Amino acid sequence: MPVLLAIGTRKGLWLATSADGRENWTTTGPHHPMTEVYAVAVDVRRTTPRLLAGVTSEHYGPSVATSDDLGATWAEPDHAPLAFPPDTGESLARVWQLTPGPAEEPEVVYAGVEPSALFRSTDGGRTYELVRGLWDHPHRAHWTPGGGGKAVHTVIPHPAAPERITVAMSTGGVYRTEDGGGSWQARNTGIRAVHVPDPFPEYGQCVHKVAAHPGAPERFFAQVHHGVYRSDDDTASWRSIAGGLPSDFGFPMVVHPRRPEVIYTFPLVADARRFPPQARCRVYRSEDAGESWTALGSGLPDGFWAGVMRDAMCVDDAEPAGVYFGSRNGEVYASRDEGEHWRLVASHLPDVLCVRAATV
Amino acid sequence: MRAVVLLPGMLRAQAGGRARLVVEIGEGATLGGLLDALAEQYPALERRLRDEQAGLRRYVNFFVDGQECRHSGGAATPLGPEAEIQIIPSVAGG
Repeated sequence: MPVLLAIGTRKGLWLATSADGRENWTTTGPHHPMTEVYAVAVDVRRTTPRLLAGVTSEHYGPSVATSDDLGATWAEPDHAPLAFPPDTGESLARVWQLTPGPAEEPEVVYAGVEPSALFRSTDGGRTYELVRGLWDHPHRAHWTPGGGGKAVHTVIPHPAAPERITVAMSTGGVYRTEDGGGSWQARNTGIRAVHVPDPFPEYGQCVHKVAAHPGAPERFFAQVHHGVYRSDDDTASWRSIAGGLPSDFGFPMVVHPRRPEVIYTFPLVADARRFPPQARCRVYRSEDAGESWTALGSGLPDGFWAGVMRDAMCVDDAEPAGVYFGSRNGEVYASRDEGEHWRLVASHLPDVLCVRAATV
Repeated sequence: MRAVVLLPGMLRAQAGGRARLVVEIGEGATLGGLLDALAEQYPALERRLRDEQAGLRRYVNFFVDGQECRHSGGAATPLGPEAEIQIIPSVAGG
């Protein structure tokens, strides 16, 4: 089956397609030119997957566009697909995350947005409503912007229990609802905060990305602002798995599509030096849930000074798994053998903000 | 009373391809009231001019009879008879 790779950038969306086992790629774009594409999703719960893109025009504001023909055409509702209700006094800055809901809710799509809030769609991602329980959380007044903004950037619906949803935000940390969004609890025990006097607050951590595998839904992995963690108890507690990495700083965290113990990240030296260690472009993979890590660099360059953003790394659902990442210097690399070897798929793009891939 | 709205090329698709709209407005109308009327007729256009709290988008300029509205009261800028509102995206971005 063909594989589609969606590449969201600072100035639009590019779509790369491979029909020969991910050997060669054909790229189209820019779709939605001159918009920041922080979020893209490939919803494979449909016969023809639906593409969703969170697009933000610097002039004309944010929106969500959908495509049911793999990007040939796009649609947006006339009225804003996603807007804060009048009583909130807030306005949407951008959509940071678009996540299809669990299989048993085929029309549900979640959107994590800036300012920090969660929205829910029940029409396949065309229109959304604010999840009030998180918005009304007493902690919200104390969530603060990270360097990129104040946003819910991660949404992980439980694969079999639709009322159970995990979100993460910068800053704020990890939150969990067990009742479909009505009430939320901070779930940051063990995650260190380096930017406030209390190193282990109840909430307020700068969590960069959280990932989980549907086959092991009680295990979570987190890349934090100086910290890499695993939870084996459904986010009740976290412990460091950064020991085998050259740095505990970075942004993405990705889980293999079929092997829940295999994870990927892209370390940077430190908050104050956001470069790959030794300027070597390397993906780090763990095959034992973070107990040990291996640098993967076959086909990746040295003398590389660009970072990889929190959503700019992903896997596909092919066999063997494909792994992809895009960098802030507009390059996109792909591995069709789970990270062993890498090839350049696209270059000279605007800085890459997000990537998502799937067989289509 | 009516007002004329002149649209930049990038927004004409949201107004049925038109570059010039004639909008009926009441006595004492303001720019904000005009945009309320646009929201009824052309919601896909209006949401690109204002956010959901009716705030004017930062990088969209509204010239009311040649004067950028932020020098004359913003959305509260009064519109005279036959007012002409020219909408021009500001120079922004990189």
